[in-house]
This record gives sequence, C-alpha cells and structure tokens, in this order.
Amino acid sequence: MATITTTKISETDLLIEEYGYDDHFHEHHDEDKFQSGFITTYIFSQDHKMIAKQFLITGMFWGVMGAMMSLVFRMQLGFPEESLMWLKPILGKWITVADGVGTLAPEFYYALVTIHGTVIVFFVLTAGLSGTFSNLLIPLQVGARDMASPLLNMLSYWFFFLAGAIMFASLFLSTGPFSGGWTAYPPLSALSQASAGSGAGMTMWTVSLVFFVVSVLLGGINYVTTVLNLRTKGMTMWRLPLTIWAFFITAILGILSFPVLVSAFFLLMCDRALQTSFFLSEIFVGGQALEHVGGSPILYQHLFWFLGHPEVYIIILPAMGIVSEVLSVHARKPIFGYRAMVYSILAIAFLSFIVWAHHMFMSGVNPFISNFFVIFTLIIAVPSAVKVFNWIATLYGGNIRFNAASLFSIGFVSMFISGGLTGIFLGNSAIDIQMHDTYFVVAHFHIVMGVAAFFGMFAGVYHWFPKMYARFMNETLGRIHFWGTLIGAYAVFWPMHYLGMAGVPRRYYSFDTFENFSHFANINKFITIAAVVVFALQVLFIINFFYSIFKGKKVTSRNPWGANTLEWTTPIEAGHGNWPGKIPAVQRWAYDYGKDGKDFISQIIPLSDGEKDNGDH
Amino acid sequence: MNATIFNREPKTQTKNRIHPQKFALWIACASIVMMFVGFTSAFVVRRAAGNWLEFDLPNLFFWNAGLIVLTSLVLHFSKVTFRNGDFTKYKSLLVIGALMGLGFVVLQYEAWIEMTNNGIFMTGNPAGSFVYVISGVHAAHVLGGLVALTAALIHAFSLKNFVTPQRIHRLDLTVTYWHFVGLLWLYLIFFLVLNS
Repeated sequence: MATITTTKISETDLLIEEYGYDDHFHEHHDEDKFQSGFITTYIFSQDHKMIAKQFLITGMFWGVMGAMMSLVFRMQLGFPEESLMWLKPILGKWITVADGVGTLAPEFYYALVTIHGTVIVFFVLTAGLSGTFSNLLIPLQVGARDMASPLLNMLSYWFFFLAGAIMFASLFLSTGPFSGGWTAYPPLSALSQASAGSGAGMTMWTVSLVFFVVSVLLGGINYVTTVLNLRTKGMTMWRLPLTIWAFFITAILGILSFPVLVSAFFLLMCDRALQTSFFLSEIFVGGQALEHVGGSPILYQHLFWFLGHPEVYIIILPAMGIVSEVLSVHARKPIFGYRAMVYSILAIAFLSFIVWAHHMFMSGVNPFISNFFVIFTLIIAVPSAVKVFNWIATLYGGNIRFNAASLFSIGFVSMFISGGLTGIFLGNSAIDIQMHDTYFVVAHFHIVMGVAAFFGMFAGVYHWFPKMYARFMNETLGRIHFWGTLIGAYAVFWPMHYLGMAGVPRRYYSFDTFENFSHFANINKFITIAAVVVFALQVLFIINFFYSIFKGKKVTSRNPWGANTLEWTTPIEAGHGNWPGKIPAVQRWAYDYGKDGKDFISQIIPLSDGEKDNGDH
Repeated sequence: MNATIFNREPKTQTKNRIHPQKFALWIACASIVMMFVGFTSAFVVRRAAGNWLEFDLPNLFFWNAGLIVLTSLVLHFSKVTFRNGDFTKYKSLLVIGALMGLGFVVLQYEAWIEMTNNGIFMTGNPAGSFVYVISGVHAAHVLGGLVALTAALIHAFSLKNFVTPQRIHRLDLTVTYWHFVGLLWLYLIFFLVLNS
C-alpha cells in the first residue's frame, strides 16, 4: 500500500511539473507577510485556508450560541410549568422568580427567538457555511495561489468578527437584545419605545448587520473575481467542480441582494434617528399619537424580502454544491447531469429574485399580484427537483462508501425533499391563509434550509477536514453524530407540521389561554426532549472536531478520498501559495470516476488519444 | 486605490481581458447600483400609494449633473495626459478635477439648504425624505471618490515623474469610479425628474 501511495505522489508532482503553469510565485518574497509570525499566521492571516478556518470556528461558536438559545425557549414551550431557577445564574434578571419558581421573562423569550434566527441565518449558515467553504475551496479547486485580494479577504473575516462582537455585546444590555423577530419589521424595529429590545438592542442589531453586509460584499467580490479571473490553465467554466459553481452563484446573489437590505436598514435608521416616516404611519404608543405620518411598513417588507428570499438560496446553494461533490466522490460515480446541475443552480438563482412577496401573502398584498409570485415560487420546484433527481441518480448503482461525509450528504437530500415538499404548500397563497405564521412554516424552513444546510456543512467539514488539518475526524463519532442528528432533527421538526396544520401560531410565548391547543402539550414536550438530544449530539461533533485537530488520525496520502479535484494535488499540509512548485494545469472535468476501468482520473491527467472530455463539448 | 491590495497580475490564467482589480471595482459598482435600485424602487412603490408631496427639485441638482460630467471629462484627460507623459497637464488637470469634485459635494449641500428654504425637510412627507436620502447616500459615495482622488493627488505630487503601468492602472481605477458616481447621479436626477 505504501509503495502505491508513494508512486501516486510522485506521479502527481511529475504531472504538475510537466504540464503545470509557472507563475514564478515562489520567486517573489512576499510570502513572508502571510505566514511569518503568530499574528500573521493565525490572527490577521491573509491566507485563504486560515481565513476559512476562522470563519468555520467563529461560525461554530455562533451555532452553539443559537442552539443554546433555542433550548431555552424550547424549555419554555415544552415545560412551561417547570421552574427555570437553574438558569438564573446565566440569564440573571431574565428569569423572574415568584414563590421560588423561576419563569422565563416573556420579553426575553422574544429576544431569544429573534437572536436565534438572526445568528443562525447570517452568522452560521451564511458566514459559517459559504465563508468557510468558498474561502477554502475556491482557490484550491480553481488552481489559484490565493484569492484575488488576500487583504480584502482578511477584512471580510474581521468585519464578520466585528459584527459578531457587536451582536454578542447586545446580549448583555440591561434592556436586552433586539426582540422584534429576525426580519426586524417596523414598527417594532423602528420605534425605540415599542418594546424593551427596540432601543439600544435594535441599534446594535442594525449596526452589527451592516458590518455583516460589508463582510459578505468584500467576500463576494473576491469570490467572483477569483473564479472569473484566476482559474488555472485549462480550467474552463465547464470544467469547474459543482462546489465552485455553487459558491460563485451564491456570491453573485449576495452582491445583488445584500445592498438592498442595506438600503432598507438605512431608511429604518432614518426613521429611528431622524424622525422620518418611511415605514411609520399613524401610530399610537401608550395612548399617544406619534408624529410619524405617511409611511408604509409594507415597504420595508418588500425591501427586506428582496434580500430575504435570495438569502435562503445563499444558504442552501453552497450546501448543494458541497453535497454534489461529496456524493459523486463517495459514490465513485460522475455526478449525474453535470450541466443540468449548473443550469438548475442558475435557474434557482434567477427565480430567487422574483418570488420575494410569497413571504407577504398575508400582509395585505393585492391577491392578483400574489398570483404572479405563486407561479414563480412553484416553478422553483422544477430546478430543485432536477437537482434531487440527479443526486439520487448519482447514488443509483454507485459503489457507495458510507462514511460521515457521504451519510450527511444523503441526509441532506432527504431533508431537502421533506422540507421542499412543504414549500409547495406554503407557496400557494390560498393555502397560506391557513398556514401562515404557524408551526407549519417553522417546520418547513427549519428542515429545508436549517437542517439541510447544516447537513451540507457537516458533509463538507467531514470531507475536507483532512485538507484543513491534515488529520481525519473520528469516523465512529461521525456516524453516531449523523444517525442521531438525522433521527433527532426529524423528531424535532416533523411533529411541528401537525401543530401548524391545527393552526398553532409560531412565536407565541405560551398557549395557556388557548384551550384548543392544550392537547399539544405532550407533543411540545417531545419536541423539546428531542431538541436537547440533538444538541448533545452537536456537542459530540464539536468535541470530535477539536480533538481531531490535535489527535485525529493523520492523513498519510495526499488524496485520501481518491478525488479528482485540484485541492488533493497539493501537499498534505499546503503552505501559502498552495502548490510548492508550478500550478497544476487542468486537462479534464472533475467527475471522471469509474471511467475506462479506472477508479478515478484526476483533473491534472491529460486526456488520452481520442478520449472526449465530459465537461467541455 | 492601493495597488498592493490586489495581486498585481493575473498570475495563473493566460488570457485576461480585464485586470482583476478593475473587474472587482465593477462588481462593487454593481452592488452600489443595487442599493440605489432599492431606494428608487421604494420611492416608486411609496409614491404609488398616494399622500405624496409634489415639489420642484432644487436647480442646483441639475447644475451639479453638468458639473460632475465635466469633472469626469477633466479627470479623463488627466489620465490621458499622464499616459502621454505630460506631467504638468496631468497634475493640473488632476487638481482641477479634485476641486470640481469637492465643489460638487459643497453644491449638493447648498441644494439641500435650498430645499429646506422651500419648506421641504428631512422629516415630514416621505417625498422629501427620499430626495434627501437618495442624494445624501450618493454624496457619501462621491466623498469616497474624493478620498481616492486625494490618494491620487498624493501620488501625483510625491512620486517622481515616471509613467509606469502600475500608476496608469491606479489612476484608471480612480477615474473609473468617478465616471461611475457621475453616471449614477445622472441616473438619479433623471429618475427624480421622471417621477415628479
């Protein structure tokens, strides 16, 4: 075995040396500024691989924060009678005590729901997912030394960090963090007297998110420029791995949609600070009429969801790209329908801009306008179904290696189908009359973009961990993590569909005044217990992650998965610049698995005589 | 624009029709455009809802449209003369361009004064608030351009009189951004006229 590995390595080096592109990179001496000391290596790093790790670990921090918040409000929903005194040391005054029984303060419940949504959507599933894997994989898989601008890339991370720091600080305000829902609809977000969290909490929330948008834009500009300008010799667009296609389109979505969010926030800030009336009209607070006249809160919703809907694809597309790559590698088969996969990404991205009002069917939008949005929303099912079909066809007849990475990819497909189907219900404005703002919606989006995106992220972490840390994660713990999370996540979110169909509204602190919902008390208990179990399994994942960084099984060959893409042609521990010598040239598409009797054919191996490339036509 | 921000050359690909930095600048411009698309579509939607104050835009807005076009022209010729190695003309045109750019911001401020004199305030009917916000955010982007122009001025007067591809490229980026904010103002003024 060892000898085979050795020959493989030298073969890779020979191929790079023979066909590669010499950019004289290592003759420049500017590498020093990248990895010369502790600070430039680990903190203010400009190396894309280190920035990827920074995004990942910061994202994990926020994942734990968001998950713990959900546990607290699940305690309230599942066990409203139980004393929460044991949380008093952490939550302090937000646990109110009467007769020795601690109760979660209702305003803090809303704050928890709000911040849970905000940090999971933006910090974990946007920055933690596409920030991590776009950074790690774009330069490695397109064959570049680094991003087009390492400096802007570093700034992208640090703006994200700053956004996180501000959000974190807002948790400790005496009036509490913002509590008006992650969508920050006015008037709750526009009037500081509207609720406790609407004052300083909302101010910090907005500032935090503006910095976050700066981070996304700096990152996105870099990703797009790198993909379009720094591809290695032979790497045509039709030879790009699907991961890169997904990250590329995701970055474009971010660049086009996040600025609109900023314009909404800017108008909101004017309403808050300069007494304008963009979103406010004829409002009474505490019996007093405010001076704001002539604004429209619906206008904010339009602007918000013009970002908000593309945002869900910003979350799910990178997961889709990762899953496509991981499934193909571990099924030892070419991805089924490569071009269809690319076109469906493009179609989803395009459609994502013309469906935003399906979030607003019940906010008084003209029903005839709703029709338009219903139709385009339902059309998204077509490219989504194409992708699902192709993933399943990729698995069909494959020589599948069931490991944590591939299991999470398969789990992603399962979640995406389950959650996607309920999207067809909610996309109908007529059915939405019954379903809107119920637990049916909560179940839908948690499965389709929450759990599914997390599964994509886990698949990516397990698959590329050897590239990040030159070690493997523990496989047994990985499988326990997978099976527990798959069953547990369904146990948490599946029952919510029934609650929602019965009309149980989301975001309510307590249902004790609704006799007709009281028979759901046991389901709520069940969901809470399942949520605690799922959380424990994520702790297991985190232990596995950090333990494996230092003690995991060492990677002994460059290409442990037998994959075709360029990141596996770099040394096991790649330094700055990724390849020690020349940059490899690309000769073929990324999915030659099981071709001509060979298990896999790396992208750097030239086409043999008369062989046709399956990417380019 | 500091050139070390970006990798100097497209190191890996053989056929680059456009410099990666310039490409990145265009993407950044696209995202700025999207922000103004947000503002202007909000304007359209809100105006269609009624209760909308109609008023005349300050005349200075139109003079300023002319001014910013002229600024773009001056800066363009500054770039051309630099490329030709005519340093006296290049420097003087750059100074004139920068002063005209500064003038634009000052005159926009005067335009806001004119609006308040006509009883249109930031608060009150959103029709007025929108004009302040749109022109204000635009002015902020012009200020960003002025910062870039200041950097260009420092380069012009502190570096020796040499024409290098690097310096042409830097100046090109700055001037391109100026063309962009100029075009943006033309679009905005056209939009505001069309909608009043």
